[in-house]
Amino acid sequence: MKKLALLAGTALALAIGAVSGASAADKLKACWVYTGPIGDFGYSYQHDQGRLAVEKELGDKVETAYVENVAEGPDAERVFERFAREGCGIIFGTSFGFMDPELKVAKKFPDVKFEHATGYKSAPNMGLYNARFYEGRYILGQIAAKESEKGLAGYIVSFPIPEVVMGINAFMLGAQSINPDFKVKIVWVNSWFDPGKEADAAKALFDQGADIIVQHTDSTAAIQVAEERGLKGFGQSSDMIKFAPKAQMTAIVDDWGPHYIKSVKAVLDGTWKADDVWEGIKDGTVHMAEYTNMSDETKKLAEETEAKIVGGWNPFTGPIFDQDGKERYADGVVAPDADLLGMNWYVKGVDDKLPQ
Amino acid sequence: MLEAIILTIITAATPLLLAATGELVVEKSGVLNLGVEGMMVMGAVAGFAVTISTGSPLLGIVGGAIAGMLVSLIFAFVTLTLVANQVASGLALTLFGLGLSGLMGESFVGQPGIKLQSLHVPGLTDLPFVGKILFGQDLLVYLSFAAVFGVSWFLNRTRAGLILRAVGDNHTSAHALGYSVIGVRYLAVIFGGAMAGLGGAYLSVAYTPLWVENMTAGRGWIALALVVFASWIPWRAAIGAYLFGAVTVLQLHTQALGIGFPSQFLAMLPYLATVIVLVAISGNRRATLFNTPSSLGKSFVPDR
Repeated sequence: MKKLALLAGTALALAIGAVSGASAADKLKACWVYTGPIGDFGYSYQHDQGRLAVEKELGDKVETAYVENVAEGPDAERVFERFAREGCGIIFGTSFGFMDPELKVAKKFPDVKFEHATGYKSAPNMGLYNARFYEGRYILGQIAAKESEKGLAGYIVSFPIPEVVMGINAFMLGAQSINPDFKVKIVWVNSWFDPGKEADAAKALFDQGADIIVQHTDSTAAIQVAEERGLKGFGQSSDMIKFAPKAQMTAIVDDWGPHYIKSVKAVLDGTWKADDVWEGIKDGTVHMAEYTNMSDETKKLAEETEAKIVGGWNPFTGPIFDQDGKERYADGVVAPDADLLGMNWYVKGVDDKLPQ
Repeated sequence: MLEAIILTIITAATPLLLAATGELVVEKSGVLNLGVEGMMVMGAVAGFAVTISTGSPLLGIVGGAIAGMLVSLIFAFVTLTLVANQVASGLALTLFGLGLSGLMGESFVGQPGIKLQSLHVPGLTDLPFVGKILFGQDLLVYLSFAAVFGVSWFLNRTRAGLILRAVGDNHTSAHALGYSVIGVRYLAVIFGGAMAGLGGAYLSVAYTPLWVENMTAGRGWIALALVVFASWIPWRAAIGAYLFGAVTVLQLHTQALGIGFPSQFLAMLPYLATVIVLVAISGNRRATLFNTPSSLGKSFVPDR
């Protein structure tokens, strides 16, 4: 009897050993590819915060890896391919410019799951995810129009991709809803990340009479210039209030954590499928930093608009006219998501020629 | 408006000028250090770290210069003492600097920096137009000009400068005359490191008081190009740096004015200007050859 118990015990121990061994092998490896350094305190930093949230939430069920500073374009292919070969179960490409290289690798490795942020091409094993940043930009536009004394904002942008154009348009629609004559000056710096150049662009825009600065680039340089000059602006991707306690009115903060946790969990459960997820303020992916450095009236307006957006209202609701005065969306018509994701035209009132 | 543009140009040109002046001396001694970007970014992270820790941007600048010197010392040891290939070692130094600075700066990301204060001379700084441009800059701007004059004077008017040029032009002869080729080159490389470190510290302490990885964004490479652009003459490096700064800043202004140029073309202009000037200079072959250090990039092994 004693012998039997011992035997049973050994068998049990063996079984446990086998199970835990299996679970170690089953540990999911989730991998991220970032375009900037995670130390940018902007876009890539926020994605990395999302990765850390996954580690925290799922603990030893996952193992994560990342590569930062990956140039957008064909060169990124090697990074995706390496991850796929290294046994990553799911790979997140976090920037628009990774779209084609990631798709190419996804087709080569049908068993690996891929997700691409802010793009529009997908595959059976490559899903899309994005955040409705434009919702935040509409609010920024309203705040800018309310708070600007000169009715002129400076807007620093990186590359003419739909994401950026959509942001400019949403900003202008917001601003025009308050002041129909509101103007914006646009400067393309052709880089996501060059603090010096961003600062120079901000200075140029302020020197030309803008009193509010908006940016679609990743560093804190522009808002710091605003702080120095006693003017106003907005944070981008992260809450930058520490850098500009008197200048930052609010910031569009990206919170990718909830989405990453959901996706990685789905892979673990075996329920993952190539989705097209586009979440905004309502879902917490886009989050507005505290409204401050503005009048109570403006703050109230911003909060109302935010509530309206949470309630399901889309800033791209007609009537919307393009630069040439052509009506793109009739009164009450909501722009379909596909249009937004491929947006390559400016709304009426933007005084800039879109680089093609 | 013009005043504002000039002020912005000065800040854009200063880091380039500091690094280029240092590299000019290095190359005049016959050493090609392609690691300017790496030394600059180390200067940027050290400058920021010291500024934050001590609360003094001035100490930060000193820290940046020291960091630049320390990494340049690695380069000097590898290429001068161990006689490794200068081009490969310089490229390695850039990659090393970018990586190490990212590691060192990790805890400083997301912290606002302290800006180096500009000079304020009562009366003079308040003069219309020229006041702020001439008397309202920060210490490093004046230092960059002092460096141009100092280096010019050193190279052309001092015995030590003559020795340095001799080492750069013909290291075998200089050695035969009894000068320490390796010693002179060590000093030159360390000077170059200090200047690149200053240029980097200017970025993180004066230009944009923040630390982020890769914040030099290629300025080290431009400084390298400026040295060739200047055909190894200090005052031409100053002109080059300001020209480059001017084109960069003006293209942002023309965009904001809504002049209908494609922005990519405008962004290309500073580089295009560099190429054109290089072509123009090389047209005069004799003058170019005259200024080019003949032993540039060549390793020296004393034959005893």
